[in-house]
Amino acid sequence: MKTFGGPVLFLDRSDINTDEIIPAKYLTEITKEDLKPYILEDLKLPGFDPKGPKTKTAKVIVSRANFGCGSSREHAPWVFEVNGITAVIAESFARIFRQNMFNCGMAAIELPAADIDLIMSHAGDDDAAMTIDIEAGSLTMSGGGKTKSFNFEISPFDKALVLAGGWVDYADSKY
Amino acid sequence: MGKTTAEKIFEAHLVDEPFPGTKVLKLDAALCHEITTPIAIDDLIRRGKDRVFDPARIKAVIDHVTPSKDSKTATQAKILRDWARRHGIKDFFDVGQNGVCHALFPEKGFIRPGYTVIMGDSHTCTHGAFGAFAAGIGTTDLEVGILKGVCAFRQPKSIRFNVNGTLPKGVFAKDVILHIIGLIGVNGATDKVMEFHGTTIADMTMESRMTLCNMAIEAGGTSGICMPDMTTVEYLWPFISAEFSSKEAALAAYSQWSADADAEYDQVIDINVTNLKPTVTFGYKPDQVKPIDEIAGAPVDQVYMGSCTNGRLEDLRIAAAVLKGHKLAPNVRGILSPATPKIQQEAMKEGLIDIFMEAGFCVTNPTCGACLGMSNGVLAEGEVCASTTNRNFMGRMGKGGMVHLMSPATAAASAIEGKIADPRKYL
Repeated sequence: MKTFGGPVLFLDRSDINTDEIIPAKYLTEITKEDLKPYILEDLKLPGFDPKGPKTKTAKVIVSRANFGCGSSREHAPWVFEVNGITAVIAESFARIFRQNMFNCGMAAIELPAADIDLIMSHAGDDDAAMTIDIEAGSLTMSGGGKTKSFNFEISPFDKALVLAGGWVDYADSKY
Repeated sequence: MGKTTAEKIFEAHLVDEPFPGTKVLKLDAALCHEITTPIAIDDLIRRGKDRVFDPARIKAVIDHVTPSKDSKTATQAKILRDWARRHGIKDFFDVGQNGVCHALFPEKGFIRPGYTVIMGDSHTCTHGAFGAFAAGIGTTDLEVGILKGVCAFRQPKSIRFNVNGTLPKGVFAKDVILHIIGLIGVNGATDKVMEFHGTTIADMTMESRMTLCNMAIEAGGTSGICMPDMTTVEYLWPFISAEFSSKEAALAAYSQWSADADAEYDQVIDINVTNLKPTVTFGYKPDQVKPIDEIAGAPVDQVYMGSCTNGRLEDLRIAAAVLKGHKLAPNVRGILSPATPKIQQEAMKEGLIDIFMEAGFCVTNPTCGACLGMSNGVLAEGEVCASTTNRNFMGRMGKGGMVHLMSPATAAASAIEGKIADPRKYL
């Protein structure tokens, strides 16, 4: 199983699409590692710099509704993975992106909008960090001297994929 | 209680339910292209599992960048080509025979009512036009599909769209689907199947139904689905005539996949198209749409005709009917990419290519290229494209470029006027 949790990158907008996460012109790369420099390259958000230090240190992304919409490219989870980001917390996800995350043994965790608001309130904290316990279904957000825990649910199948480290071995042994 | 089309297909293809709510389905078709498949192939080789579940049920095409533009894209094409040869995948389409996957595979008769279809491409929902469950998936799901012939899905709920009325002059399937996406939003159908019913759909050709289903993903939908009918049978007849004694017999067999009248839906949405206007997107999300009169006059640098949404023969005929006798406005450039070689050849025979070229269009080979900013018509920073494609995300057709989505008729009218224009005056 992968490890989850650490410094948080806040992307405070709905409908962040996979073209913004990894532009199509980089889909000609044959290895996942080659995608690394291009993470979130086309995402335009006030105060966000894809090449900035927060992108480099982040282990978790927090965003709003419909995260990962658009193309089916699994290059989107991969570019996160090779940059050390293994979890995305959002109000909701596009179906293909969400499944791609779990298929890679990564976590796409949905929380209600009110919880995302509370987590987003840490966006200005330099020490904003999150711990995530997949088995217990809980995460803890800390920063600026405050700490708060949240419970989440992921489907039993998706949890099994995270625990197994992905879908290929699981399916090959079973079907 | 009756069933939706998706429920019927799920029931007939169920292999396993490893956890409540997760259905592992047997696949009728696993479709592959050179962008998302090579990494799956590479991973299978690394795992010592370089096998395919059934070469006859795997179809592959090089379509996103073709002919290859550089060493990297040539390598992607080569990985797919070598793999297809190695495993005896006979339905592999290389340079000269290749076209945009979601136009080419239906044209070859590969998609049938009741099928389960996956592809590592979000616009796989197109194939639901045939009464199939067709879903875009990522590379890992594709890898398992190639290896084992199965794919896991959540049981999707369905939204029923009752689309009724005669389409007014200058209004087409593209306008209908843009209107629907505007109505329900870019995640209005997430984890749901969009099931299309009504007289408007019944009157549509298979090409129009494909345009409609193609953009289900832009509302988050898992698959678009149309009910199989005589139009479906007529389209498929050259491929199925040996299987059935008559078209009526084929229709009777395929009708088993039609939704039951008492099926349960998550939502039912009624749409009357009688007063629908040509519809165009204005922002960077496909649900940001306006009727033509509210956006006509907006500036355009490039007009693009093609893609899995609107690069079919019907689209070219409509656009040519608008363009005939006109020239491109001096401030715009036009690019036509017919979606398959067959479409290109038919368009030549019908004189459509002449109309485009006399208007000043560049005609390229079939490819997805420009739609996603990979090749053959990429925009420069600050440029605007009037496009018959499916996504208007910021930078989609080139970094810093803007895209307005519209029908082929509206794109053709925009080419003539050099700005977004109402096609109705040209028809």
